[in-house]
Amino acid sequence: MDFFHVLVVLLESTIRVSVPLVFAALAGLFTERAGVFDIGLEGKMLGAAFAAGAAAAVTQSVWIGLIAAILISVLLSLVHGYASITQRGNQIVSGVAINFIVAGSTVILGEAWFRQGGRTPALAEGARFQIVNFPGADAIREVPILGPIYADLLSGHFLLTYLAFAMVPISWWILYRTRFGLRLRAVGENPGAVDTAGISVIWLRYRAVICCGILCGFAGAYLSLAMTAGFVKGMTAGKGYIALAALIFAKWRPKNVMLACLLFGFLDALAIRLQGTPLPLVGQVPVQLMQALPYILTVILLAGFIGKAIPPKAGGVPYVKER
Amino acid sequence: MSTPYAKLPGWVEYGLVPLINLAVAFIVAGLVVLLVGENPFEAAYHLINGAFGRGEYIGFTLYYATTFIFTGLAVAVAFHCGLFNIGGEGQAYVGGIGVALACLWLDQTMPWYVVFPIAIVGSAFFGALWAFLPGWLQAKRGSHIVITTIMFNFIASSLMVYLLTRVLKPLGSMAPQTRTFAEGGQLPKLDWLLSIFGLNIGTAPFNISFLLALVAAFAVWVLIWRTKLGYEMRTMGHSPSAARYAGIRESRITVIAMMISGGLAGMMALNPIMGEQFRMQLDFVQGAGFVGIAVALMGRSHPGGIIPAAILFGVLYQGGAEIAFEMPSISRDMIVIIQGLVILFAGALENMFRPAITRVFAMRGQRAAAVVQTKGA
Repeated sequence: MDFFHVLVVLLESTIRVSVPLVFAALAGLFTERAGVFDIGLEGKMLGAAFAAGAAAAVTQSVWIGLIAAILISVLLSLVHGYASITQRGNQIVSGVAINFIVAGSTVILGEAWFRQGGRTPALAEGARFQIVNFPGADAIREVPILGPIYADLLSGHFLLTYLAFAMVPISWWILYRTRFGLRLRAVGENPGAVDTAGISVIWLRYRAVICCGILCGFAGAYLSLAMTAGFVKGMTAGKGYIALAALIFAKWRPKNVMLACLLFGFLDALAIRLQGTPLPLVGQVPVQLMQALPYILTVILLAGFIGKAIPPKAGGVPYVKER
Repeated sequence: MSTPYAKLPGWVEYGLVPLINLAVAFIVAGLVVLLVGENPFEAAYHLINGAFGRGEYIGFTLYYATTFIFTGLAVAVAFHCGLFNIGGEGQAYVGGIGVALACLWLDQTMPWYVVFPIAIVGSAFFGALWAFLPGWLQAKRGSHIVITTIMFNFIASSLMVYLLTRVLKPLGSMAPQTRTFAEGGQLPKLDWLLSIFGLNIGTAPFNISFLLALVAAFAVWVLIWRTKLGYEMRTMGHSPSAARYAGIRESRITVIAMMISGGLAGMMALNPIMGEQFRMQLDFVQGAGFVGIAVALMGRSHPGGIIPAAILFGVLYQGGAEIAFEMPSISRDMIVIIQGLVILFAGALENMFRPAITRVFAMRGQRAAAVVQTKGA
C-alpha cells in the first residue's frame, strides 16, 4: 500500500509539472507544422507568466491576468512571425532574440513596477486559479485503490490542467480533421502547392503563429497564476526548451506530444523524489543525471536510434512567392 | 534562389546597414529605459563613462571583450559552414574542464608560461569534444544541429554541476568550485599594454588571453579566406549541393567546422578561470556563449567585425554594471535586453531597412547618371 501511495503522489506531481510542457509543446506543434520553427517558446512562456502575474496583482482578477498573458504571448509571436514570415529572416535567430528580450525585460519591468527583486506581488485567493475538487472526492478517498486515483489523480487540479489535457484531442481535431488544419500541415510540407491552390501562405502561417501565442499564453499563466502565486524571475527555467524537446520526441504528433510531456514531467518529479535515496541495483543515481535525462533522450531520438524524427519538410524555410 | 535585394556598395553593406540596425536596437532599448521612468541619455552617459572613464574601467571592458571575441569567433566559424552553433555556452563550460585540469595538475610546480599552452590545448580539446557529437550527429545521422546543441547546453550544465559538487571540489569544502590555483595557474595581466597609453589598470583582470584572442581572430581569418578548408566550408555554407558536386566531403567538413567552433568556444574559459577567478566556479560562462551569437551577427561573421562587436558588448557589460550602480532601477538585465534587440535587428530583421536603403542608393545612382547625361549633351 505504501508503494501505491508513493506512486499516486508521484503521478500527481507528474501531472502538475507537465501542464506547462503540454501547452508549450502543442503551441510549438502549431507553428512547426506550418513550417515556422520556434525556439522562442521559452521566452513567450516567460513573458506570458510575467504579464499574468503583473496584471493579476494589479487588478486582483485571475481572468484579466490570463487575458494579459495571452495578449503578450500573441504579441511576441507576431514579432517572431513578422521577422520570419514577412521579413524572411532566420527563424532560429529570431527565436533566440525573443528569449533574450523577454528574459531581460521581465526583470527590469518587474523591478521598476513592483520593486520586489524581479517578482510580482504574491497573489491573494481571488487573483489566482483555485483547485477544482470533483464531487464526492473527499467521501471516497478512503476507498482502496480507486479512492486515491479519483480523489488525488483525477480530482484536485486547476482548471488549466484539465484544459491542457483537453487541448490534446482538440489540437488533433483541428490539425487532422478541419480544413484549416489540413492547409496548415500542407503549408509546412509544401507551401508552393498551397500557394498554387490560391491560398495565402503568409496568412496561414500568421494564423499558426497566433495559435502558438495563445497556447504559450496559457502555459505562462499556469506558471504564475496556478502553480505558484505570482511571477518569479526566470521562472520558466528551461521549460520551453524541454517542451521543444518533447515536441521532437513526439515526432510532431498531438497524442505523442502529451505522452512525451508526461514522460519528461515524470522524470522531473522522480528526480525531486529520488534526491538522496539510493535505488535498488544501481545505487544512488546523481540528481544531475535525472535532470539531464530528457535532453539525453531527445538527442538519442534525434540521432535516429529510437525511430526517426522527421520534421515538417518546409520547416525553417521562408516562403518566397516570386521565382 | 537569387538574392531579392540589389547589391550595395561595400561600405554600405558592411558599415551602414549594421550601424542602422544597431541604432534601431539602441533606440528600442532607450524606450525601455523611458518605460522604467529613467532618462535614456543619462543611462547612455553612465554606460560610456562606466566603460571608458578610467584605466580600470577600460581594463574591465577589454576583459569582457576577450571572452566575447572567442565566443563570437566560435559562432562565426560555424555560420560560414551554414551551421548554427547555439551551443557555445555548453562548449565553453565544458572547455573549462581542460583549463582546470591543466592548472590543478601543474600550477604548483610550473610557471604560467608552461601551464598556459597546456591549458589552451586542454580547453580547445574539451570544447571541441563537446561540439564533436552534435557535429557528428548532424553529419551522419541528420539530427538538427540547433536542437542538439541546445540539448548539449543543458547536458553540459548538469555534467558540470555534478563534476564541481562531487569530483573537482576539494575535500571538506562546501562551495562547488575547484581549489584556488597557485601562481602557475594565474595569467599575467596586461597592465603594461594599457600603461603605454598612460592608463592604470587597477584591479581589472585584463590579461594575456586578450592577445590570444587577437591571434585566434587572425587565425580564423586565415582559415576562412586563405585555406582550402575554409574555402570548402564557405562553399558548403553557400550551397550544400554545389559543395557536393564539387566533391567536398560534407560530413567531414561539418564535423571539422563544429570542432573548430567548439574549440574556440572552449578557449573562452581561459579568460575567466586563469585570468580572473583562478579557480573554476559554477556558471563561470555567464551567458557569454549566447553573447557570441549577437557578436557574430553584428560583426557579420568576419574577424574584422567581430573584434569591434566584442568590444561593444564589453562596453555594455562593464558600462551596464555602472548604470546598475548609478541608476538602481536599471539592473544588469538591461544588457540582456540590448543583446536580444541586437540579435533581433542585426540578425532576424537585418533586411528590414534594406529596401529603403537600396531605394535611396538607386535614386542617387540615377541622379548621378542623369548628371553625366546632361553634361554629355
